[in-house]
Amino acid sequence: MALTGATPTRTLRVCALYPELMNIYADRGNLLVLERRCAWRGIGFELTASGFGEALDPEAYDLFYIGGGQDRDQRLCAEDLLLHKRASLHAAAARNAIVLGVCGGYQLLGHAYAIGEEEIEGVGLLDVRTVREAGPRLIGNVAIEVSLEGAPAPTATASVPAAAAAGPGPDLGPNPGLNPGSRVLAGFENHGGRTHLGTDAQPLGRVLRGHGNDGRSGYEGARRGKTIGTYLHGPLLPKNAWLADWLIATALRVAPEELEPLEDALEDEAHRSARCAAGV
Amino acid sequence: MASTLTVKLALARGLGALSRLRGGGATSAPGKLLLALEPDALGALSSRLRRGSVLVSATNGKTTTAAMVASILQREGVRLVHNQAGANMAGGIASTLLSAVRPRGQIAGELGLFEVDELWLAPVAAQLHGLCAVLLCNLFRDQLDRYGELETIADSWVSALHEGGARTAALVLNADDPLIADLGRERDGVVYFGVDDETLELSGMAHAADAKHCRRCGAPYVFDAVYLGHLGHYHCPECGQRRPSPTVLASEVTLEGVRSASFRLSTPTGEAEVKLGLPGLYNVYNALAAAALAVALRIPLSEIVAGLQATTAAFGRAETVTIGGHAHPRRTQILLVKNPVGANEVLRTLALEPGEHDLLGVLNDNIADGRDVSWIWDADFELLRGRVRRVTCAGTRAPELALRLKYAGIESHQIEVVEDLGQALAGAAADRPAADHPDADADTDADTDAPLYVLPTYTAMLALRELLVRRGEASSSWR
Repeated sequence: MALTGATPTRTLRVCALYPELMNIYADRGNLLVLERRCAWRGIGFELTASGFGEALDPEAYDLFYIGGGQDRDQRLCAEDLLLHKRASLHAAAARNAIVLGVCGGYQLLGHAYAIGEEEIEGVGLLDVRTVREAGPRLIGNVAIEVSLEGAPAPTATASVPAAAAAGPGPDLGPNPGLNPGSRVLAGFENHGGRTHLGTDAQPLGRVLRGHGNDGRSGYEGARRGKTIGTYLHGPLLPKNAWLADWLIATALRVAPEELEPLEDALEDEAHRSARCAAGV
Repeated sequence: MASTLTVKLALARGLGALSRLRGGGATSAPGKLLLALEPDALGALSSRLRRGSVLVSATNGKTTTAAMVASILQREGVRLVHNQAGANMAGGIASTLLSAVRPRGQIAGELGLFEVDELWLAPVAAQLHGLCAVLLCNLFRDQLDRYGELETIADSWVSALHEGGARTAALVLNADDPLIADLGRERDGVVYFGVDDETLELSGMAHAADAKHCRRCGAPYVFDAVYLGHLGHYHCPECGQRRPSPTVLASEVTLEGVRSASFRLSTPTGEAEVKLGLPGLYNVYNALAAAALAVALRIPLSEIVAGLQATTAAFGRAETVTIGGHAHPRRTQILLVKNPVGANEVLRTLALEPGEHDLLGVLNDNIADGRDVSWIWDADFELLRGRVRRVTCAGTRAPELALRLKYAGIESHQIEVVEDLGQALAGAAADRPAADHPDADADTDADTDAPLYVLPTYTAMLALRELLVRRGEASSSWR
């Protein structure tokens, strides 16, 4: 079924949680990329903001987005999430809606995270826990290898040279190249917290360059079903248009190949640029 | 003791000379060495300034504001020691002081005028002797990988003002920035400045705006007017904190595109019309800040106005140069962009100019730019939609700027990526719009041609300046 046409046959319904506060790293870019890539294909796009004190209808959206914020704002949002939105987010995840948490939003999706000496309870959608440890903030360009079911095949230029993965960061073992069927996400991370995965969490990806969840494990982000958390902050989707398309397709419950291909020369260049910055 | 300092000064100066011989800018290297040899060098040298020192800090506008202050004070015959090249960490300020040292311990100047990096305000204020005034203008989201969160900087400024000479220095604060105004909470005699002009009000707060919560009680501020980023008229509905009434005020602001701006300046000693040779509301704020500091230093209004009007663009800040030589002159204006709020003001100012523009955007991710280029997604490049004829993207992260422009609504065919700055500049300057009136052949004056606007990040601006100086198209007077 073609997804183009004058009147949208489908609509991607996105709910942004606390967009006024949880936007410290240009999270708007992620929403803009989803909006434009739907519009260019004739897919409808509805964006709804959900703020303090507002209840959340778990049925009303295909994708829930939460970005990062300053410590003070993040603490306020954590309280509100528990009071007004936790049950709805669990219900939404249970019906396979996408929940995407970026940076601080990722931390809030876990069981708990620490600000200073204080431990703050999260919504517990991901089996992760974020703690403070001695040591510097983990800051820098980062590239990870990700395997998402049904993700569009990489273009010819997207393979990782074997030498690229040998830089700083965790020891990647004997097979630093990409596994068949996996893709690269490139971005920038900046977090003080160290996130540890529980037994029910699957990492989002393997660190090729950069720090990842805790600077040691070699893993970045976490997944459970269609709930995804990552430290690749701010403009994650502009730098990785393939992931934007995977999210759109998955949220609409179609295969990514069913989406109309777009003219992506600049998107591919930007992805390459972000990967180069990370050294991959 | 004094004689060992003399030796250390000579050593550090020698390094500076060497470094200049090797072609370096050498703005902060000698000062860094001096501070390594003599940790109290800032104190020791600033104590020789008869009238003490003045500090200027802000996220945006430090260099231009300090240039305006210098222009005013020099008219009054005040001899300044001023870090005008913008080297604004401890090393840069030490270098500036070092280069003013004369034989027999004299210093060539009577008042220190130092712009200081936001993170360096506290240590520099603690070390300087005879600190007589501190001017703080704004705090915006900037280079989070280096500066961290805004509130953390504001907290460090609170402690900076409670220590050493800063406790008794005159405080000059922007009433329109809630983070800044609150620094005067427990002080008497603060000089506040602000804008009062309903024609400038924005319909809402820009996406990149911060400082939305009351510094005292945490409740969200109510903004009755927003002028620029989070600058405006605000109050807290919970605890009642509100914008202090400024005694130095700008009203009746007129913005003339990328060329100039004018406003009515009100001070406790009178009112006057000010015509700036610099564009945009952001420069009106810079001028207002400089005027308020001059008021605190008891400079007469007529000298303040004359000094502001005589100020020309600091390098790379709305600076205009002609490139291409006699054969193909092209007026080129350099508008530094380095964070979302600053970029938004430049874009807003550019949008005041009619027609479709030729642009060269240069996005670098060197340490001084911030390694993280995420901020371009916070800037409102949408203001350029429908207003661009051609845009060239250059710099270390050129493709990401190009992509940002595409998603801002600029057509892909109008966007070109040329990572090398020299090639990008040559290409962008040579690609002119077709003459829009038939007798344009007779008109080869670069002034009436469509200009090229260059929007570089900080290190891109330095690289561009270097390129232009080497080609003899810009002056190197900033050294």
